[in-house]
Amino acid sequence: MARITLDHLAHAYRPDPQGPQDYALKEINHVWTQGGAYALLGPSGCGKTTLLNIISGLVRPTRGRILFDDRDVTDLPTEARNIAQVFQFPVVYDTMSVRENLAFPLKNRHVPRDRTAARVEEIARLLDLSSVLDRKASNLTADMKQKISLGRGLVRPDVAAILFDEPLTVIDPHLKWQLRSTLKEIHRALDITMIYVTHDQTEALTFADRVVVMHDGAVVQTGTPDELFERPAHTFVGHFIGSPGMNVLPCRVEGATAFVENNAIALKQAYPGLPQNQRIELGIRPEFLQLQPKGTGVPVHVRRIDDIGRARIARVDLAGRAIAASVPEGVLIAGDEASIAFDARHIHIYADGHLVPGQPTGAHV
Amino acid sequence: MIKIVNNKAWFLVLPVFAVVAFSVVLPLMTVVNYSVQDSFGNNQFFWNGVGWFQDLLDPSKELGGRFFDSLWRNLLFSGIILAIEIPLGIAIALAMPREGWSVALSLVLMALPLLIPWNVVGTIWQVFARSDIGLLGWAVNNLGIDYNYTGHTLDAWITLVVMDVWHWTSLVALLCYAGLKSIPDAYYQAARIDGASRWAVFRTIQLPKMRRVLLIAVLLRFMDSFMIYTEPFVLTGGGPGNATTFLSIDLVKLALGQFDLGKAAAMSLVYNLIILAVCWVFYTVMTSADAKAERVEA
Repeated sequence: MARITLDHLAHAYRPDPQGPQDYALKEINHVWTQGGAYALLGPSGCGKTTLLNIISGLVRPTRGRILFDDRDVTDLPTEARNIAQVFQFPVVYDTMSVRENLAFPLKNRHVPRDRTAARVEEIARLLDLSSVLDRKASNLTADMKQKISLGRGLVRPDVAAILFDEPLTVIDPHLKWQLRSTLKEIHRALDITMIYVTHDQTEALTFADRVVVMHDGAVVQTGTPDELFERPAHTFVGHFIGSPGMNVLPCRVEGATAFVENNAIALKQAYPGLPQNQRIELGIRPEFLQLQPKGTGVPVHVRRIDDIGRARIARVDLAGRAIAASVPEGVLIAGDEASIAFDARHIHIYADGHLVPGQPTGAHV
Repeated sequence: MIKIVNNKAWFLVLPVFAVVAFSVVLPLMTVVNYSVQDSFGNNQFFWNGVGWFQDLLDPSKELGGRFFDSLWRNLLFSGIILAIEIPLGIAIALAMPREGWSVALSLVLMALPLLIPWNVVGTIWQVFARSDIGLLGWAVNNLGIDYNYTGHTLDAWITLVVMDVWHWTSLVALLCYAGLKSIPDAYYQAARIDGASRWAVFRTIQLPKMRRVLLIAVLLRFMDSFMIYTEPFVLTGGGPGNATTFLSIDLVKLALGQFDLGKAAAMSLVYNLIILAVCWVFYTVMTSADAKAERVEA
C-alpha cells in the first residue's frame, strides 16, 4: 500500500537531451494517492506508456525521483518494487497451466508452497478463473489471458499499485465492458491503486475517479471526469474529451464581451489583463451551444445535422469556421440559415491554449 | 445454386507432372531397376531379385557390414554436430545485439560462412589444418600435440566436426535470432515484474517461443549432415582408412569406384527411405505443433 509521488520527473530517450523537444516526458509533479483509480489519457505517442514504465521501473527516468510513500525507489529494479503491470497484449507463459502462471511471481520470490497455493485459489476465485486453473494458459481466449496477467499482479500480497497499459486493446467489444467492470469490482474489493493508460476517453471516464490528461509529453489537466468536461484547463482537453469535442474559436475580448469576427458574445466574467501577444480563443462545448431559427443569436450557416442517437448535432459554419452545436428537441430549421445561442456560463477563454480564469463582472465594474 | 463439376483444371497439372516424371520418377525407376540386377560390365545385366537388399540389411555380409558401418558413423556425426551446433547456436543468438548498427554487422558476419561453397570450405580446412603449412595444424603441433588429420582417426573426426560447426552454426544462430526477435518486449517486461530470473526467462519465454525455429534448425542440420559429402570428400577423402566414410561417400565409392551398380542402387534406395522416414517424423511433429498453435489462436 503506498502513495506514489512523482517528483520533478522527466525522461528523454536520447542520452543527451538538449531542449524540451528531446523529452518524451516533460517535467511532471504528481501524487497518486493510495487506493485511487486513475486513468492516464492521451493520444498515441504522448508519453503515457513512458510514464507508466517509469513507475513500474522498466525505464529509468532521466531526471527526478519516484517515491513510494517516502521511500525513494528511482533506482530500484522492477522486481523490487511492489508494482504489477498488465500489458496491451496479454502475456501468459505458454508452457504453463493457469495455476502455474498465477503462482509464477510467488515462486520466483520463494514464497512457501502452501501459502502460494492458497493465494492462487483466492485470486482465481476473485477473477472467475477457478474453472480453468488446470488448463494450459496458451489455449485460452484473449480476455482470459488478460485476466491471468492481472492475476499474476494481484497474487503478490504486497502489491501497492497495478498499472494497465491499454489492456483492452485486443479484447472483443462485448467482453470489454465485462472486463472493465471486473476491474472496478477488484478495485473496490482490494484497495489497490490502479493506473489505467488509454487513448479511449470512454474507457478512461468510466474507469477512473481521476483522469490525468497528457498531451505531447506533459500533463495538461488532472481532474474528475466532470471537471474535465466542465472546465477543460487546456483547449486540447476540451477537444480530446467529449464527442464531438469542444468548439474553439479565435476571438477578441473586451470587458465581459467576446467578439468572434464581428459577432458579440456576452460572457459571465470579465478578463482584464489578457496577454496581448498570445492567441486568445473562446471555447464552448456543443452541448452548451444551441441551434435555433435565425433572428436571435449569432447567425450561422448550417451544413448538416447528424443524429448521434441520444442527441442531434448540427455542423454549422460561424464566420467561415466549422463548429458543432446541439439541436434541441422540437427545433426545426428551414433552409441553411440559422443562429446559435451561447450558454454564457459554459464559455471559457483560453490564452495560447491555457484556460484564463475570469473575474466576476461585478468586481470589475 | 448449381455447382458445375469441371475437371479441366487437372490439365493444368500436366506440365508439372511431365517435369516431375522426367526429373524424379524415371531416374528413380532406373535405380529401382538396377537394384534388382547384377552387372559384370559390358552392359550385361542379370536378375538378382531382392538379393542386394538382403545383403545390405545383413550386417554379417560384406555389403551389409560396410553399409551399417557408414550408417552408424553418419548417425554419430549427425548426433555430435547437432549436440554442439544447436546449443551453441542458441547461445550465440541470445548474445547477439538486438538494436543499433552492430545488428547488421553481426548478421553479415554470421552469414559469411553460409555463403562459402562446400568444396571451398573443405579446401580451406584441408590447408588450414595441415601440420606442415596450415596455420591451425602447425600451431597445434607446435603446442606439443601430435595432430595429424590424415593419419589419426580422432584428429580427422575432430577436424570434420570443427569444420561443420564453423560452417553451419550460423544457420542455427540466425534461425534462433529470428525466433527471439519475434518475442514482444512485453514478455520480458512482464517477466521482470514477476521477478523471473534469467534462467526462468529462458525456460519459460525464450525456449518455448523458439520451439518452431529450433525444430526447423534440427531438421535442416540433421538432413544436411546425414547427406554430407563434399566437405569430408575434399578434406579426408573418407580416410584415414574408412574412418570418415559416411553414407554418401560410401555410396559414391560403391557406384563409381567399384561400378557395382546393383549394390549401389539398393544402398541408395535404403538411404533414401531413411531420409524420407526422418522427414516424415519431423513433418508430423511440426504440423501437430502448428495445429496446437492454431487451436490457441481460435
